[in-house]
Amino acid sequence: MSTQEIRFSGFGGQGIIRCALITGKALSLYDDKFATMTQAFGPEARGSACSAQLVVSDEKVLYPYITAPGVLMALSQEAYEKYSGEVIEGGTLIVDADLVKPHPEHPGRTLWRVPATRFAEELGNRMFTNLVALGFFAAITGVVSDAAMKKALPGLVPDRFLKINIKAFEKGYAHGLDVMRPAQAQAEAATA
Amino acid sequence: MVNADPKGVDAGPHFLDGDHALAEGALAAGCRFFAGYPITPSTETAERFAERAPEVGALFIQMEDELASIAALIGAAWGGQKVMTVTSGPGFSLMMENIGLAVMTETPMVIANVQRGGPSTGLPTLTAQQDMMQVRFGSHGDYNIIALSPDSPQECFDLAVWAFNLSEIYRVPVFIMTDETVGHMHEKVVIPPADRIRIVERNNYKGPKEDFRPYKFDCQGGHPMARAGDGYRFHITGLTHNERGYPAMTPEQNVKVLTHLMEKIDGNAEQIIRLEEDGLDDADVVVVSYGITSRIAIRAVHEARELGLKVGALRLITVWPFCEARIRELASRVKAIIVVEINYGQMVREAERCVAGRCRVVSVNHCGGAVHDPKVIVGAIKEAAL
Amino acid sequence: MSCPSSCETSCQSCGSEADEDTSVAGMLRMERMPHIWCPGCGIGSVVTSFVEAVRRSGLNRDKIAVVSGIGCTGRVAGYVDFDSIHSTHGRAIPVATGLHLANPDLKVVVFSGDGDLTGIGGNHFIHAARRNMNLTVICVNNFTYGMTGGQVTPTTPAGANASTTPYGNYEYPFSLPFLADAAGATYIARWTSLHSRNITQSIEEALQHRGFSFVEVITPCTTLYLRRNRLGDGVDTLQYYQDNSILKHGADTRETAIDFQGKMLVGKFVERQKPTYLDAVNATCARLIGDDYQLYGKTPPEKEAEKK
Repeated sequence: MSTQEIRFSGFGGQGIIRCALITGKALSLYDDKFATMTQAFGPEARGSACSAQLVVSDEKVLYPYITAPGVLMALSQEAYEKYSGEVIEGGTLIVDADLVKPHPEHPGRTLWRVPATRFAEELGNRMFTNLVALGFFAAITGVVSDAAMKKALPGLVPDRFLKINIKAFEKGYAHGLDVMRPAQAQAEAATA
Repeated sequence: MVNADPKGVDAGPHFLDGDHALAEGALAAGCRFFAGYPITPSTETAERFAERAPEVGALFIQMEDELASIAALIGAAWGGQKVMTVTSGPGFSLMMENIGLAVMTETPMVIANVQRGGPSTGLPTLTAQQDMMQVRFGSHGDYNIIALSPDSPQECFDLAVWAFNLSEIYRVPVFIMTDETVGHMHEKVVIPPADRIRIVERNNYKGPKEDFRPYKFDCQGGHPMARAGDGYRFHITGLTHNERGYPAMTPEQNVKVLTHLMEKIDGNAEQIIRLEEDGLDDADVVVVSYGITSRIAIRAVHEARELGLKVGALRLITVWPFCEARIRELASRVKAIIVVEINYGQMVREAERCVAGRCRVVSVNHCGGAVHDPKVIVGAIKEAAL
Repeated sequence: MSCPSSCETSCQSCGSEADEDTSVAGMLRMERMPHIWCPGCGIGSVVTSFVEAVRRSGLNRDKIAVVSGIGCTGRVAGYVDFDSIHSTHGRAIPVATGLHLANPDLKVVVFSGDGDLTGIGGNHFIHAARRNMNLTVICVNNFTYGMTGGQVTPTTPAGANASTTPYGNYEYPFSLPFLADAAGATYIARWTSLHSRNITQSIEEALQHRGFSFVEVITPCTTLYLRRNRLGDGVDTLQYYQDNSILKHGADTRETAIDFQGKMLVGKFVERQKPTYLDAVNATCARLIGDDYQLYGKTPPEKEAEKK
């Protein structure tokens, strides 16, 4: 059984919960996986640090919460500071290039910086930041297929913004593939 | 049984939380009247019902408080509708008096309690299973009810449909005792097409007026109701009453009414009790759990089995009536029964009563706020298996 | 049609030529007589006026339902031969709200005492009025919790003696017409139990009114309120009503307060039209779904079957 634990985090209003909903729906409805999504509720989730968690598995998820996340997406400095320490060895951190100033080192973990906010602004509105980041996340982690993610969008983003959200996702996804290439080449060179 | 009305069935796969799945289950079951009052962590059910009501032709009303919500259900049920409300801790306490009226007037309804930590305002946003005794005994007087406990959003949907069917058959409030974790947890929920969902319709009396009796104290379900406006001029009261519905306040009548209220549930326990069993045949230790806790408990059971321990899992889908016969039978052949729950030890009392000293009973309980750490349960299994 | 079997010989009210369905006795569950109310109590007069109003209104009796709460007035639901629910203390209005909303063809009438309606059930009263819920609420106001033995209520006049204010009531009472008006009721009348014809007329108007209609009837509680306050018997009280009732239709409800043994304004104070709760629900849903929107509307297969 392979189980992945993922935390999406940022500040309220960035569409963090939406990221987890889209990914969870994509996995469980279109990628034939089991996915359980939970989120922090209460006043602490409004305005400041905001987080949603996803447990992904090939079998029915029994324990619904994450305990050892392999992936952290952090779109705010506060969220990064709060959650980066819990990522397991071999795990992946994805942070917004403009909003998060990462620590110099994360030994044993890979850190990726995605200019999600900037890309979204280029597409016309910051509200697409989460979809750019999600595209990047999908490309980097390979946890979920890009086709499933795009299929999951209707109903989770407003109809009138569906096209531009897909565009934002694709932009993040393409960027993810781009930045992966040199890294992969490096890795291959190292093993050769 | 008939097929569900397709209007209320949003067939297909969804990614839903337990609260939303409850609303979908209610609509699929034919519930067309929902009266509620906002309270964390149950509000999402009311919101979903309110959003879906117009397209289904159902009515949602936000009442002034939980006292009014449950009172409105009693009126609406006798007005001919299938009815539901959803609440949590403090709201559940406020509903207690009219839960008694619903039981006494044998009014079908479904009440979901998305449990949060208590007492009082307690932990509004955190999980618990602390109302398991309140649901059975919280209103005054002796009475009986049915309570189900889902472990996932999918089961919230499935049990909502079943809860409505049970409430129609036995004319009793049926409770869905879920919790904050299941309520707020999103998972895949598959809603079957309407022709795959079987529904018990309201049994409205259609015979001659002079023969109509709103009650029959025969210790069974299945007695018809009358719908207001159909000309039967029924009378119902919370007072001890005769089969005509008129007050009849004598000790003798109270025996008839109470015996019926208790026995229509207990006497049909075999039809009402649904359990999920895993590895009980050769078990030395049985882990009993319900709701969200059973997922953690079953994970712990799997881990313990990998350690070579003979342990089985018993999940209560129906919590009330309690599975007395099954527990008695297990107690005579296992070393220990472990009851895992998120409270100070509630259903474990029922287990102890049924075990009556024939094996060890271990309570792995903790106060509300979080689910168990599976390691704690594994530890208890190891110790009990010695 | 003849009288119900249980009153074949003793019933005075249904004369030989009277129609069983519309005589006073025909609208009561005569098999439940005698009732529990004391001699001189005003509740019976209000019930008589109610059934007379139903008769005059020409409304289909099977489409009228009566809901009451707890207390002496709470027992009304058990004596009238309509679909009827004797609910819990204070909750008659929300039960009636559910009944009405589940089956909008029904005219649902709430019978409630002053303690039941405005003490324990006060919140429901103001919210049903606020929503302009299409209900008729009849309050038998005798300033007393009768069933429990004469305690002070939210309407007991200041200074009056009650078993829980044995040295005189030091609270400020509600004026119910003013409360109902402020909360949004669209029909409000007040009479005393002396004014049986006016009560009948007001209840008839209330039954025909679309929206939240409220009829308050001031009545004597002979056994408790009158005795405890040394106000004589039922006849003395009717004399007091005659001497102190001031007829003022359309009165400003701010002037309707009642002082201990003081003057009382009576009449029809408010009658106005505005959309009911269900009117507003239906308008919103029709905007959303289309003009063929129908609450609890027929299912597509039912519609198909009807076409064929």
